[in-house]
Amino acid sequence: MQALTNRSQGVSRKPMSFMERLYIPAILKGMAITFSHIFKKKPTIRYPEQKRPFSPVFRGLHVLNRDEEGRERCTACGLCAVACPAEAITMEAAERLPNEEHLYREEKYAAKYEINMLRCIFCGLCEEACPKDAIYLSETFAPANYTRKGFVYGKEELLIPDPKTNPEGYAAAKGSK
Amino acid sequence: MSEQQLFKVTIDNITIEVPAGTTILNAARKIGGDVAPPAMCYYSKLEGSGGKCRTCLVEVSKGSEKDPRPMPKLVASCRTTVMDGMEVKNITSEKVIDARAGVVEFLLLNHPLDCPICDQAGECHLQDLSYEHGKEGTRYEFQRRTFKKHDLGPYIQLHMTRCILCYRCVFTADQLTKKREHGVLDRGDHAEIATFIEKSLDNDFIGNVIDVCPVGALTDKTFRFKNRVWFLKPVDAHRDCPTCSGKVTLWNRGDEVFRVTARKDEWGEVENTEDGKPGWICNTCRFEKKKTSDWVIEGPRMINRHSVISQGHYAGKIGMHKPTETFEAVNDGRKPQLLMDIHSVSEVNKPEVQLSLIDGPAHSQVFNQNKD
Repeated sequence: MQALTNRSQGVSRKPMSFMERLYIPAILKGMAITFSHIFKKKPTIRYPEQKRPFSPVFRGLHVLNRDEEGRERCTACGLCAVACPAEAITMEAAERLPNEEHLYREEKYAAKYEINMLRCIFCGLCEEACPKDAIYLSETFAPANYTRKGFVYGKEELLIPDPKTNPEGYAAAKGSK
Repeated sequence: MSEQQLFKVTIDNITIEVPAGTTILNAARKIGGDVAPPAMCYYSKLEGSGGKCRTCLVEVSKGSEKDPRPMPKLVASCRTTVMDGMEVKNITSEKVIDARAGVVEFLLLNHPLDCPICDQAGECHLQDLSYEHGKEGTRYEFQRRTFKKHDLGPYIQLHMTRCILCYRCVFTADQLTKKREHGVLDRGDHAEIATFIEKSLDNDFIGNVIDVCPVGALTDKTFRFKNRVWFLKPVDAHRDCPTCSGKVTLWNRGDEVFRVTARKDEWGEVENTEDGKPGWICNTCRFEKKKTSDWVIEGPRMINRHSVISQGHYAGKIGMHKPTETFEAVNDGRKPQLLMDIHSVSEVNKPEVQLSLIDGPAHSQVFNQNKD
């Protein structure tokens, strides 16, 4: 068969020389390589305690954003759901009542908002489609879970903490974006 | 009508013969496609409509065979009748494209652009128009004109801020009903569609003002905020209605009827029924028959492939009936051992919350009362 590259080498069937038959030098050579690695810089980190910074374009778990006054930005326009290639997003809209103006930014809001994280492919198209800056992908992973139920995220899981009552939580969830 | 004279008219280098008295817009619509100028106020089923929005402006480069001089200005094609040998430029004219962009900018001056909230989004003519002919930005620097939300009777919501004053609804109310109770009050920037002293509009056909409205100024209160049109499945259906033709389009989600509208043709106008009359529908059909059992389903409605409404929908009979469950057939008659009921996991689309059956828009109580 014709070789595809010229890098392959045939197996050498020559009898071993005296030095090779001793084995000790080869063992020492291997040990030297092993020991030298002790003094090299470690490429790994101790993960749960130490974390690497995320790339600025990292797309992680979704966050439903609030404005500066802590009102929900989402108006349930459905553009994220129609943009979603995995059909992971569903929602139900409701009209804001006169006494709910401190809760919702616009006249209409998402009473229910769900993302099925088993379906989501973290492509970020929902973030791109959103006309209200209401949804974006944060710098966290979707945590593991034992049941499928735990992967359907509702508004309780997705909403960012209120910047007025919980500014630290808000800043942490918002990340560097 | 048989001896009627036929005029030869050339629109964007396409020649067509139309009877005398036809407007340029209707001649262009006979050719169809991109040649037809957009129209926001003209509505072929309403007498006297047209001539207000100026989106249908075209250039007449040759007046007629006898008088070949071009018309000095762009003309509104919905109000200008054709002459023999007329040559019209629509999309082939730089002037028209430029003028149309200007008209769109004017129409959007006071438009709130609240499309994410507006129920008309996805089937809004102004949205289509601004995407196709508009410019990206506006040069307007002042506060936009605002009005309060207004109820026109129990079923119709008026958002005057979105109105472009096309007068279509006024003509509809005038021509379909015996007594008109709403009109345009005030002048200039203050002009608004209003009922006379908050009089509610209670006429059997008043719901048609929702269908003729090219923007989201008049919307269906029974559908308000319940769903987006592109998540609904348009289905042709009919029922035996004593007051109207009963031929409608249902906008379904699953088996739930979210909205009932008249059937609309490619120009966004109400389709004619078999007897050649416009297929206006009555309020009972539109607002009160929100159950599948009220209707005889004919088949899926064909929607333009480029519309957002047909996103994720399939042509033909797919999606009209439930697919048969094949699990038992391929598994020697055994039922699946584990099946996840989506309602046990998801809060959305709960079977006990029938959004399509509540009267107005959903409020927080609707969702909260089912929580406990």
